[in-house]
Amino acid sequence: MLKTPPELTGRQPPTTGTPMPALRDIFLGFFSIGINGFGGVMPFARRMLVEQRHWLSEEEFIDALSMCQFVPGPNIVNMAVIIGARFQGKLGSLAGVLGLMIAPMIIVIAAYTLLVQVADNPIAIGAIRGMSAAASGLVVALALKVGMPMLRRKYVSSLIFTVAAAVAVGIFRLPLLPTLAVLVPISIVTQWRRA
Amino acid sequence: MNDLIDLAALFAKIGLVAVGGVIALIPEIQREVVEVHHWMDLRSFSTLFTLAQAAPGPNLLLVTLVGWYVAGLPGALVATGALVIPPAILAYSLGNLWHKLKGSPWLATVQAGLNAVTVGLIASAGILLVRASYVSIVAGMLAAGSVLILMRTKTHPLWLLGAGALLGALGLV
Repeated sequence: MLKTPPELTGRQPPTTGTPMPALRDIFLGFFSIGINGFGGVMPFARRMLVEQRHWLSEEEFIDALSMCQFVPGPNIVNMAVIIGARFQGKLGSLAGVLGLMIAPMIIVIAAYTLLVQVADNPIAIGAIRGMSAAASGLVVALALKVGMPMLRRKYVSSLIFTVAAAVAVGIFRLPLLPTLAVLVPISIVTQWRRA
Repeated sequence: MNDLIDLAALFAKIGLVAVGGVIALIPEIQREVVEVHHWMDLRSFSTLFTLAQAAPGPNLLLVTLVGWYVAGLPGALVATGALVIPPAILAYSLGNLWHKLKGSPWLATVQAGLNAVTVGLIASAGILLVRASYVSIVAGMLAAGSVLILMRTKTHPLWLLGAGALLGALGLV
């Protein structure tokens, strides 16, 4: 944990002794995360922020990450917002988010446009079928990976809520908001009683 | 125009419940996009997801592609902006609250409680996408194979997508 928590906004230079990143640096830093981040951007974010540019210490990165997980919304975008804000205020946030999103958005739209051009080509159709099957496996693996620690620590009480959420949303196709409104409070209370 | 308003409303709502990352929201996005709004069928949705996974950048590119599919460039910008901007404003303004809360035991309790549900949502995203992409026995084996490889090794996911694309292009899937 940080001894002196950095204020979120305001122009605080990196505690690592690195010079204050300018708007351009923030844009380019997050740009590099965006274009490198294949299959999960957070590892690239850590590498850029901590190892390459030394904008954050390891502890500050972990702190920022857990704050991003606390706030709703895509974690990496929130990361760009709070890191940008810390160095260059509102404009810094904007530079970070634009840098992160611009190239991947153009690339993915271009890829889609290209795919539409060859939509009747059996090779392209086959490639998408094969890729989709592999991609669905990625998500199952992700669920298993994040779920495993719950098994190991014998969090049987929390597993009930995992299964309930999977059945409600995945099998019965119930809307998310009512499902969360029921499951999340009970799940939290169960955790609290266990603690 | 109506589509743009619908996209904005949908993804603003989804962004504000996104506490487990975009993958956990896939079942809800699919339900709204395919079953409620009938913007596309399940197969197209699965294709958009696959492209978003194969492209560099955050998982939320799925939302960009859904917006593009529904309403072109304005759709892509509106959907992405609606997902990203309200949480960004929250992240920007909640910093001080966060520094007060962090380390408190009930915050950990809340996160553990949320976590249990989030894992279930990711699992249901997996179920959904496996079903959508199950076009043949080989497709099922590919999905099962990538799960095994990812659990057992440190293989980069892109290799698995590439292998799937290759097998598919050869007409084997």
